Amino acid sequence: MKHFAELIKTLDSTNKTTLKVEALTHYFKNADDRDKVWTIAILSHRRPPRPVNTTLMREWASELANIPLWLFEESYHIVGDLAETIALVIPPAKENTEKSLNQFLQEIIELKPKDEATKKEYLHTNWLALNYYERFVFTKLITGSFRIGVSQKLMTRALSKATNIDEDILAYKMMGNWKPEKTTFKKLILEENEEDYLSKPYPFYLAYAIDGEVEELGDVAQWSAEHKWDGIRAQVIVRNNELFVWSRGEELVTDKYPEFQSFIDKIPNGTVLDGEILPFPKGSIGSFKDLQTRIGRKNITKNLLSKTPVILKAYDILEWQGEDIRDKAFQERRKILEKLYNKLSTEEIPLHLSKRISFKNWAEVAKERERAREEKSEGLMLKRLDSPYLVGRKKGDWWKWKVDPLTVDAVLTYAMRGHGRRSNLFTDYTFGLWDDEKKELVTFAKAYSGLTDAEFRKLDAWIKKNTLERFGPVRSVTPHHVFEIAFEGIAESKRHKSGVATRFPRMVRWRTDKNIYEANTLGELRDLIPD
Amino acid sequence: MNPPLLAFNEKGIYCEAADTYLDPWKPVNKAIISHGHADHSRWGHKKYITHHSNVPIIKHRLGEIEVSGKAWNETFTINGVKFSLHPAGHIIGSSQIRVEYKGEVWVFTGDYKDEPDGVAVPYEPIKCHTFITECTFGLPAFKWQPQAEVFTEINKWWQQNKEDGRTSVIFGYSLGKAQRLLRHLDTSIGKIYTHGAIENMTDVVRPLAEMPKTTRISRDTKKDEFKGNIVVAPPSAHGSPWIKKMVPYVTASASGWMTFRGARRRRAIDRGFVLSDHCDWQGLLKSIEATDAEKVICTHGYTDIFSRYLRELGYDARTEDTQYEGETGEEESKKRKRNLNVLSLHLQSGCK
Repeated sequence: MKHFAELIKTLDSTNKTTLKVEALTHYFKNADDRDKVWTIAILSHRRPPRPVNTTLMREWASELANIPLWLFEESYHIVGDLAETIALVIPPAKENTEKSLNQFLQEIIELKPKDEATKKEYLHTNWLALNYYERFVFTKLITGSFRIGVSQKLMTRALSKATNIDEDILAYKMMGNWKPEKTTFKKLILEENEEDYLSKPYPFYLAYAIDGEVEELGDVAQWSAEHKWDGIRAQVIVRNNELFVWSRGEELVTDKYPEFQSFIDKIPNGTVLDGEILPFPKGSIGSFKDLQTRIGRKNITKNLLSKTPVILKAYDILEWQGEDIRDKAFQERRKILEKLYNKLSTEEIPLHLSKRISFKNWAEVAKERERAREEKSEGLMLKRLDSPYLVGRKKGDWWKWKVDPLTVDAVLTYAMRGHGRRSNLFTDYTFGLWDDEKKELVTFAKAYSGLTDAEFRKLDAWIKKNTLERFGPVRSVTPHHVFEIAFEGIAESKRHKSGVATRFPRMVRWRTDKNIYEANTLGELRDLIPD
Repeated sequence: MNPPLLAFNEKGIYCEAADTYLDPWKPVNKAIISHGHADHSRWGHKKYITHHSNVPIIKHRLGEIEVSGKAWNETFTINGVKFSLHPAGHIIGSSQIRVEYKGEVWVFTGDYKDEPDGVAVPYEPIKCHTFITECTFGLPAFKWQPQAEVFTEINKWWQQNKEDGRTSVIFGYSLGKAQRLLRHLDTSIGKIYTHGAIENMTDVVRPLAEMPKTTRISRDTKKDEFKGNIVVAPPSAHGSPWIKKMVPYVTASASGWMTFRGARRRRAIDRGFVLSDHCDWQGLLKSIEATDAEKVICTHGYTDIFSRYLRELGYDARTEDTQYEGETGEEESKKRKRNLNVLSLHLQSGCK
């Protein structure tokens, strides 16, 4: 544990990527193999199921710290991270344990089915046997994932340096449904491993947003364009008469979309499709909000399946007849995909093709982009015809060209303290729009991104001086500041007080030039909802 | 009913019986000043009364003012109200202000810490009926390490940076934290360079406290002089063009706020050392207990939370709004910019 806590501390105490990679490389060269597997698992967000719920942890921690629960909760609001709060309020360690990371994780796995008294005893004993940083890490292992500015890509780079194995190969090895407690470093990383090949997806190729003028991409004849669908990016794998559905977060979500089981009989074994899972109620593409009713559910009921069925909008094929074809040019892969698609009937299986747009010049492409909302898409995807399917986010061959977001001017009404690096600063805001009589501000969205650090600090100081009421971590503030809020989509909603739900709202500008009476009304927001 | 001995009005903490203010934030006739940080010693009062050792500090900051200096424990009477100053241990020259009238005793802490830091005269608990306390770090999450341990860490960090061929840059407020750092840096590792604001303030303090030899950074300081040495700078220097001269450098901040991982990451500082000139949670509770006070008034910091906890412990505790900086841990006084023309330009203010 000491070695791992030291690693996390080092990663946490620098903002420089090179130093992070250095620290990780050093760790992967020197740590125990069992610990290495767990480290890879943890940094790729594969932690064991939470053995204790956080309500109990709060109670037990405040007991050990000898403070009332309300005081623990207040401290948590200000510190902004549960594990950090627990590590801070508990008295210093009296002894120090030599248990390894592997040992701790085995114990955490075994803890889950135990009774409450045993769990409490376990936490109390270990909290008191770890120094501050180890205690923080230990508690994090139980409560949640580490957000310490280490992407999987960064970890892969370090692992590659430590093992001399190519990064792309490592990325592939680390994908999929492996369990850290059931594999070894040798099996997972060092050995060629055939047995879990069956379910393994390919690393997704991700596009950057286009940053200049589209014409700068050069000769339009070298490019393919299609709509950019707003669903869940997914790979659907058919191998050995089995089906696997992977989401972009590298999560195996096969069970959530039973409608794709019908692919098994119709699509030949050794096929991997890349596409978007889209909601398809009443025979047409729905909004992302429809899809959300499917994402969160553990039990997919018949009712839900008939109300909000899904389709796969396929746009690429990565494996065909058992062969990895990612090196083939995009247009070659599309030919294979289209040939496959044309033989199938969408009546029988929920597979649609993301159609390529025909155009003669960039102006025509731009015109099609304007139609995005009509097509229920977010804009366009531009792909170079001769491009292979790459790994991760790479510049050059694929670009996303989104439609400009919708915007309204809204008034800041509530503020809440942020988390992580923004703890102790009011950075999470609630915005209101005027009701149609312009008498009252009605909450319509929350946003916490889009301002610079300097703007956040300025607003934070203002909020502290202009608080009307406090509700735990939330404060209502004098309506005074107007912000331009951008969002990607908009739909009617019964769950929201305003009757409207917006997708990915964020602040794009602090409208210091506007007073609150110049903010928009709910009616004006509703006018933006597509028919 | 008589008015309270000390009341909080729009100008500051007011003693009506003596017609005198304690640390007022608006211009008044007579002000007793706890210490030299900008939020406690403001410009524009007719008469200032403060501890001897704070006189040169506030003169340096505020220019020509009418100020009289008092010794520790020296009683001075205004309209029959007895006042005296007692060490607060916050920074050099910082006092608690004791006020006694008709047998009733109040103590105002200004800012204070209970751990001796080797520069300021150590804090002494004073018995009183009503204790007006700050609670900047009034949360159980704040728990300081003994300063010897922190300085071992700081010196180790400096040594390591030297071995890696880098310059160490450490941030701390010009008045207080900077001198505490200077006092405890291990000069066998290398040379100490200082930012002008810090050097100016340190020069004022030198006759009052033991300080090591330092080198002021000027336009003539050569780029290659810094390597392996340490630079002490105010927080505002972080990210400024001034710091570019020290490349390759590693940054650190020494502050109680470094307790929070988020605070360090937000400021994009490589290393955070938890070192504060205020009491931690236990320090506050123990200090309050030692005063035997029944009534406690919390002026700045996590006042609502802290006073609620004190009430649960049985104290008659409440909070009062003041303009002392507390809750946010922002480095700079909000008033600073407004008063810039009258303050010495390169001075860093703030109470942390």
